[in-house]
Amino acid sequence: MIDLSINFGGIKAPNPFWLASAPPTNSGYQIMKAFDAGWGGAVWKTLGVPVVNVSSRYGSVNYRNTRMMGFNNIELITDRPLADNLREIEEVKKYFPDHAVIASLMVESRAEWEQIIKDVENAGADGIELNFGCPHGMCERGMGSAVGQEPEVLKTIVSWVKEAANIPVITKLSPNISHITDPGLAAVQGGTDSISLINTIKSIVGIDLDSYAPYPIVDGKGSNGGYCGPAVKPIAMHMLKDLAQHPEIGKVPLSGIGGIETWRDVVEFILLGATSVQVCTAVMHYGFGIVREMESGLRQFMEEKNYNTIYDFAGKALPNVTEWKHLNLKHKVVAEINPDKCIGCDLCYISCDDGAHQAIAMSTDPTNRIPSIIEANCVGCNLCSLVCPVEDCITMVQRDDGSENVTWNERTLNDDIPVTFDDDRAGGKGHYVPTPEDALKHRK
Amino acid sequence: MAEYKRPKTEAEFNKNFKQKKTLMNDTEAYYESSRCLFCYDAPCIQACPTHIDIPLFIKQIHTDNVTGSAKTIFDSNWLGNACGVVCPTGVLCEGACVYNHQDVPPIQIGRLQNYATNKVIDADKAIFKQGKANGKRIAVIGSGPAGIACACEARTLGYQVDIYEAKEKPSGLTVHGVAPYKITNEEVLNEIEYLQNQLGFNIKYNSEINSKQEIQQLEEKYDAIFLGVGLGKTATLQMEGEDKTGVVGAVEFIEDLRMKHHQVKVPAKVVVIGGGNTAMDAASESARMGARKTVLAYRNSKEKMGAYGFEYDLAISAGVDSLFNVTPIAITGNGKVDGVKFAKTEMVEGKLQTNMNNTFIVRCDLVIKATGQAKQGHLYELIENLDIDQKTRILTNEEFQTSNPKYFAGGDAINGGAEVVNAAYDGKMAAQGIHNWLNK
Repeated sequence: MIDLSINFGGIKAPNPFWLASAPPTNSGYQIMKAFDAGWGGAVWKTLGVPVVNVSSRYGSVNYRNTRMMGFNNIELITDRPLADNLREIEEVKKYFPDHAVIASLMVESRAEWEQIIKDVENAGADGIELNFGCPHGMCERGMGSAVGQEPEVLKTIVSWVKEAANIPVITKLSPNISHITDPGLAAVQGGTDSISLINTIKSIVGIDLDSYAPYPIVDGKGSNGGYCGPAVKPIAMHMLKDLAQHPEIGKVPLSGIGGIETWRDVVEFILLGATSVQVCTAVMHYGFGIVREMESGLRQFMEEKNYNTIYDFAGKALPNVTEWKHLNLKHKVVAEINPDKCIGCDLCYISCDDGAHQAIAMSTDPTNRIPSIIEANCVGCNLCSLVCPVEDCITMVQRDDGSENVTWNERTLNDDIPVTFDDDRAGGKGHYVPTPEDALKHRK
Repeated sequence: MAEYKRPKTEAEFNKNFKQKKTLMNDTEAYYESSRCLFCYDAPCIQACPTHIDIPLFIKQIHTDNVTGSAKTIFDSNWLGNACGVVCPTGVLCEGACVYNHQDVPPIQIGRLQNYATNKVIDADKAIFKQGKANGKRIAVIGSGPAGIACACEARTLGYQVDIYEAKEKPSGLTVHGVAPYKITNEEVLNEIEYLQNQLGFNIKYNSEINSKQEIQQLEEKYDAIFLGVGLGKTATLQMEGEDKTGVVGAVEFIEDLRMKHHQVKVPAKVVVIGGGNTAMDAASESARMGARKTVLAYRNSKEKMGAYGFEYDLAISAGVDSLFNVTPIAITGNGKVDGVKFAKTEMVEGKLQTNMNNTFIVRCDLVIKATGQAKQGHLYELIENLDIDQKTRILTNEEFQTSNPKYFAGGDAINGGAEVVNAAYDGKMAAQGIHNWLNK
């Protein structure tokens, strides 16, 4: 029997699908709609001293015919009075007592932190999320990512909050730093109950080619925004992994955020150690209804893999994410083209010839365009299989027998690595490279 | 079974001859262009007689560089707009699209091409540069696609160009001979005007060249002469009753239709003789003009027809009936046609034989002969040392130069009748051939 319910560092929710603190959680109206649609929790749009926003707030990166592959915003925290938000928190909890309502907070002084924590606790919030991430606007005023980028300050504020709070505390981290483990460790040392990441990434999503201003344009000018959406998922997953593998930080629950849109994204984040996921851009694009696809896909996955709860597979990919130096240098794959599936676009040929290792030959038969692999040159880089538009047409096939395992680390320890510029142990020694004449044979 | 009502107004005519390849809107072009895989050494380019860099122009559409896209198209094919709609793309570029191997619909290259070229033509956006005047002059005989392409290319090379056109409109069969549901007169003429405005070639209308004296004058006045004369009138069948009222050639029928639209009266029963693309067009057009019964009659089997399958299907879908393995032996009627007498044919030892013992009459009020066009042999005889082959096609070398070095030729006059795109290619290459020859 599949049970999707979670207990995330003391915050209980019927499922791990939470709305991130963002425009979709701006009001009780939206959050009630979301819970009704199937979301298990919501982190309220950040509360604090209400702001004044600009008009023209979002920018988008479209790729081919896909809109909002990347998305950025220059909207600040809530611009609504605290009392309105508190009343709505109470209302939501009345209708949805079992769902997680988390108050995202961002204030300046210790006194303000203590006051607002009391207020949201009284309103019935199940937890608090500390917004140390916003990389636009608020950071100019010493809040948001300005805190997230200073581990000592972050630790201090977390400890203030922990002293004042009776409900669990999540610390939300900014990715705009060199090592996510620095603020991560500071949050744990400050006593946080859990961590969520990533907040948005500082970004310029585009420049208007007529006004020369960055998007979103506010009366001829723009500012850096916070980048999110599917484009940031790889960055978020890497940072999540760094925290999950850390001996200290990995002990607290992690809530994954960054480009999550489908059940596959959800499962990937859980495999890297997340035990709740937060979503914003996908909802801003498609509405709350997308949670149906996430839940159905997650359930199907769990059924097929025989998991009862998400804790059965949380972090299961972590042992396989290692450092480069521990990878097996003896592992050898080469590309194979299935001629029955090949449609003759020859993108594999040109990508390999121009962008990789000159290991694919064009067909010399004018009646077909099926290229062939020059196995002696193939380094097994995968590029051809990635550009091929036909599913399962180019596959990477293992050529070693799996009996040997030698890593860079081991070779280093054995003094068996290239050390001079022309070392005979160079990996590409003897690799075939075409001649200058070959390079210029089509020159007019 | 006619599906079409006889058109009485221009609007009704346009309804019956609805354009097959409609103009894409921005959204459709955006989505369709996103599908292109940008194949290496793309098969669509190889399949295009003018070798347009199709993946490039599609990518340019997608990145909203539509002017650059149109330039890519016109750089290879001066009739880029017309070809986008009249080309048999299904057997050329789109037929070669690799998506076909994946059972995925090919990229709609023709419509994308038309989208880009239409944008610049509509905006009258100048994208061509005339070459620096080199003081030399070229005469072009015929303003069909071959002649226009030759003139455009020659202008970019700095030649003064005068086109001599027998008719009162430019663009030859593109305006006079292509089925009206493939392209409108307006669209054809707009493209020529667009080209002419920027490139500045002269067209002398109603100026048929048909005497030795005119030829001599041209030779004296011009450094080179391009023959883009196409084909002539429908060839005669040498058949009893062919001179009766109500017997017309397909080329003449289509030209009349293109010029007069709904004012052409097509009677109730029509027989179209032939199995080529022109026969399909004429039959389809008769049906669309409200003929109650249109019969397509071909002397051999369906498989042997010269027409593209899609052209035949189009005729059938317009309500045309077809008869195969029948050959006309006489046209009946008292002064005016009232039927065609056919004899059955059959293949005997690889040869088509007519069985005169098995004949029948199909009643009709109009007979359209789509049995090939005569060549412009009378003109060729006026030119000294002009070699032609047994089928009266002008012989040219790789530079499109004829046996008389001052003359170059291209289009239907050298290939015996092919697509607009072939003529456009020939004309362009011939101008380069002229340039190479004059600069030897």
